[in-house]
Amino acid sequence: MQALLVLKNLSGPLAKYFDQTLDDEFWGEKTWEKAESKIIKETVNTVITKSGIPADQIDCMFAGDLLNQCISSSFGLRELSIPFFGVFGACSTFVESMCLGAIAIEGFANNILCATSSHFCSAEKQFRFPLELGNQRPPTSQWTVTGSGAAILSKDGQGPYITHITPGKIVDMGIKDANNMGAAMAPSFCDTLITHFLDTGRNPSYYDAIISGDLGHIGKDIAIDITKSQGYNIKSNYNDCGVLIFDKNSQDTHSGGSGCACCGTVFSGYLFKQLKDKKLKKILLIATGALTNSTTSQQGESIPGIAHAISIEI
Amino acid sequence: MDINWANVFDWMMLLKCFVIGGLICIIGQILIDKTKLTPARILVIFVTTGTILGGLGIYKYLVDFAGAGATVPLTGFGYNLAKGAIEGVKQSGLIGAFTGGVKASAGGIAAAVFFGYLASLISKPKMKKQ
Amino acid sequence: MDPLETKQTYQDYVDKKSPNSPILKNCFNAFWVGGLICSIGQIILNICKERGLDTETSGTIVSILLIGITAFLTGLNLFNRIGKFAGAGSLVPITGFANSIVSPSMEYKSEGYVMGVGGKMFTVAGPVLVFGISASILVGIIYLIFNTQNITLV
Repeated sequence: MQALLVLKNLSGPLAKYFDQTLDDEFWGEKTWEKAESKIIKETVNTVITKSGIPADQIDCMFAGDLLNQCISSSFGLRELSIPFFGVFGACSTFVESMCLGAIAIEGFANNILCATSSHFCSAEKQFRFPLELGNQRPPTSQWTVTGSGAAILSKDGQGPYITHITPGKIVDMGIKDANNMGAAMAPSFCDTLITHFLDTGRNPSYYDAIISGDLGHIGKDIAIDITKSQGYNIKSNYNDCGVLIFDKNSQDTHSGGSGCACCGTVFSGYLFKQLKDKKLKKILLIATGALTNSTTSQQGESIPGIAHAISIEI
Repeated sequence: MDINWANVFDWMMLLKCFVIGGLICIIGQILIDKTKLTPARILVIFVTTGTILGGLGIYKYLVDFAGAGATVPLTGFGYNLAKGAIEGVKQSGLIGAFTGGVKASAGGIAAAVFFGYLASLISKPKMKKQ
Repeated sequence: MDPLETKQTYQDYVDKKSPNSPILKNCFNAFWVGGLICSIGQIILNICKERGLDTETSGTIVSILLIGITAFLTGLNLFNRIGKFAGAGSLVPITGFANSIVSPSMEYKSEGYVMGVGGKMFTVAGPVLVFGISASILVGIIYLIFNTQNITLV
């Protein structure tokens, strides 16, 4: 398994782990959508080069993003001529792709490519307000990570290995505030986590780290609380990609990072290297997604959450 | 023409304007922070309130008291619409109800459309840098 | 207590857990920036009046100038910073209306100058015109009814 990513201008605490960082949200392109496609394309090209696996030996790829009809992935990857499955799991897309990739490896494939991307500007444009609108972001809001993460899963190799996958159920606890995604997604995180423990007979201390996708600072607190109320204490080894990726004080990102690339970049840039260096040996990665769009939130619907888990060990 | 700067910087008037304008904005800020209303809804509330208060003849007293402090906030835009509609009715009856409001605020609407288009021609949005 | 017991208990729990906006600081900033914008308007108004223009023309000039300045600042990518700092202080004055027209125009430039800029210009500010104009027509009609029936309001 190989991984890489590109992260956007905010030089966060993890910036040094990333293969490439950018200063320009357009990256020389005319539109943010084109820029996002370019980001995922370059990320995938880098991961293919780094892995040493020729593109024609990749059996298929699973990729997705936040934009309508997953256009960043399909436009960015259209020139690769690798069989393509578009995947949508909102911000859980990266782990969802890896779950599907792992199933494919069990079944028929030798090499599977998983990728995802998100872009702050294109996401704001689609889900919220124009960039130049002078509005205030509430303290519970999160900042969409601009970037992309990709991984190649192979049948053989030295690891780390995906040992378990736990697909999540859709959980909706009735949160309607689109500026508080962490709270909307935390129950699904908790649900998948406990399902995983019950299925595998493991407990929180089995893992060196339990990492959620993009719950942010507020969602992280909530997740610790509600898993405790269900009888599991994860406080000591739990963290969140949205918390890790930005420095809350200097980067003014309020509750932390979000978006497909939040989990994608932190895993493939940072956590994967920690695993490779054996600094972490067993991690449980649970990416969370808010299955909502601007139409449903205007219609007053609540925000269903989902969380998929993979355990990765070396 | 000579401008009497003492009249331009009429401190008492400016103070009233500052305080009333500021207070109207505070109402808006409380709505934003306490109700999670989107900016568009806040603007709608202010314009509609201004129109109703203007129609009832109440807002006029605030305008007389605070000048631009009452006309520059969007409630003033609503007041202007209502005032225009009433004058239109006085001049030309029912049809004036339809033409008066927009006529009175045409300058602002046209300027916003024109400058908006102009800005989009020469500039493009940028991500907030730290 | 288990916060996940019902949707209501979870909502209450989340409300308690989520930090509130710093409302006092926000109100203070909104107050002085909003007041300042109105005062600039008042100064322009006074200058116009000194030049012998009538109140209505002066008011229109104030609106046009403030809208023009806002469009300029939005085009320079500066207005969102003011808005972030001042909140309602720059949203509630006519500057907020102007910004809500200029910002989608710029945003949707990538979809072309006709359907992008032209079509999306009013995505945020459209409702303001719809409700403002409709309400003013109603005011006019009600005034007409009251007037012809010889009922006076004040």
